[in-house]
Amino acid sequence: MRLNFRLNGNPVEVDVEPRMHLADCLRDELRQTGTHLGCEHGVCGACTVIVDGEAVRSCLMLAVQAEGSGVVAVEGLSTDGALTPLQTAFRKHHALQCGFCTPGMLTTAHALLTEEPDADADRIRSVLSGNLCRCTGYIPIVEAVLEARAAYQNAANHETGKP
Amino acid sequence: MKPAPFEYQAPATLQEAIALLAADPEATVIAGGQSLMPVLAFRLATPTMLVDLRRVPGLANIAVGDDGVRLGARVRWRDIEDDQRLEIAHPLLREAVAHVAHYQIRNRGTVGGSLAHADPAAELPGIAVTCEAEITLVGPAGARTIGAEEFFTGPLSTLRQPDEVITELRLPFWPRGRRWAFQEFAQRQGDFALAGIALFYDEDQRGGARNAHVGVIGACDRPHRLTEVEELLNRHPIDDGLIRQVAATAAQAVDPPEDLHAGAGYRRALVATLTERGLRAAARNGGA
Repeated sequence: MRLNFRLNGNPVEVDVEPRMHLADCLRDELRQTGTHLGCEHGVCGACTVIVDGEAVRSCLMLAVQAEGSGVVAVEGLSTDGALTPLQTAFRKHHALQCGFCTPGMLTTAHALLTEEPDADADRIRSVLSGNLCRCTGYIPIVEAVLEARAAYQNAANHETGKP
Repeated sequence: MKPAPFEYQAPATLQEAIALLAADPEATVIAGGQSLMPVLAFRLATPTMLVDLRRVPGLANIAVGDDGVRLGARVRWRDIEDDQRLEIAHPLLREAVAHVAHYQIRNRGTVGGSLAHADPAAELPGIAVTCEAEITLVGPAGARTIGAEEFFTGPLSTLRQPDEVITELRLPFWPRGRRWAFQEFAQRQGDFALAGIALFYDEDQRGGARNAHVGVIGACDRPHRLTEVEELLNRHPIDDGLIRQVAATAAQAVDPPEDLHAGAGYRRALVATLTERGLRAAARNGGA
């Protein structure tokens, strides 16, 4: 089936079988391999992408269901070739080791902090409970997300006109 | 881990969706897909066609009124979490939904999908049965409404016919002051519960419980009420002695499955503990 959506801000057109999930579409058809596939049945969170502003598991969504949507994958978080504040915080806090889960951690945390820039450590842990990491023990990931909040709070204040 | 091939349609009306289902007995419905996609990936189901409800209008509303709370089939967990009206209109529903799966899944998982999938450990079917909710389905012959207790017939089994679409869940009116609790135990946050208890009761003039409703998930092959437990609670003030008696009765009132996650004995013990915790929590939740 022919399918149109926006990926990282750019319109894409792709021809997929109905059974192809969004993660395979991104990786195999559109060659955007930043999205990782761990379990392929909705347990590990590695394939998390942002669809119309909301974090979703791209292995649990058919590509054809993304028709007309705006999809942001990990490649789309940074638009100017530099690390985002969230990515910078991950680097600073060693919030990754093997890196397999990192795209899903970044997309999930980005969606969370965009909506909830004041999320506390408990909320962050609760949200990231849907993303498995077998290396870090999660503590540096939570620290990195906590540190990145300031950038999202500033962005939110800028939008609402608060100082 | 790849689904078998299928055709895909996203009709613009409910009538078209039903016609597609009626024309192909091997077709099935998809909405959020958060239960169906794993089932397809494991090839536990191999439908010939998926009929996607994403373009069907009128299925994503939450209505709060004198006849209770009406949840459209495509209402997502996230929508329930975000709807502040439900704090008063149905606090038990909100509490239970907070336990459903993970952040990303709550952004797509739907009311209708959970009801149709009918996992014995799923929260919403448990709330529906405990609250005597009604489920509306529409098929080629029109609409029909079924009580939740009847609707769930076994693990992953319901009275829904292959050419029917669930359109709405109606939870009866929730009066102010009602006491309630939802407790579940899972090995990890977001996992399916090994056991869970939903309960509520109203209070009579003398401080006794009345209209007690207690339902179980996880430790059962389908969600069901524990009528023996409800009878013990009705007309009595809920004190420590009664709580212990009720918890022990609850453990005997379930017939839990054995699987690699937990034996039946462990699940019975969980039911007792969760019932006790639930009754203690209910003393704090609600009230005049």
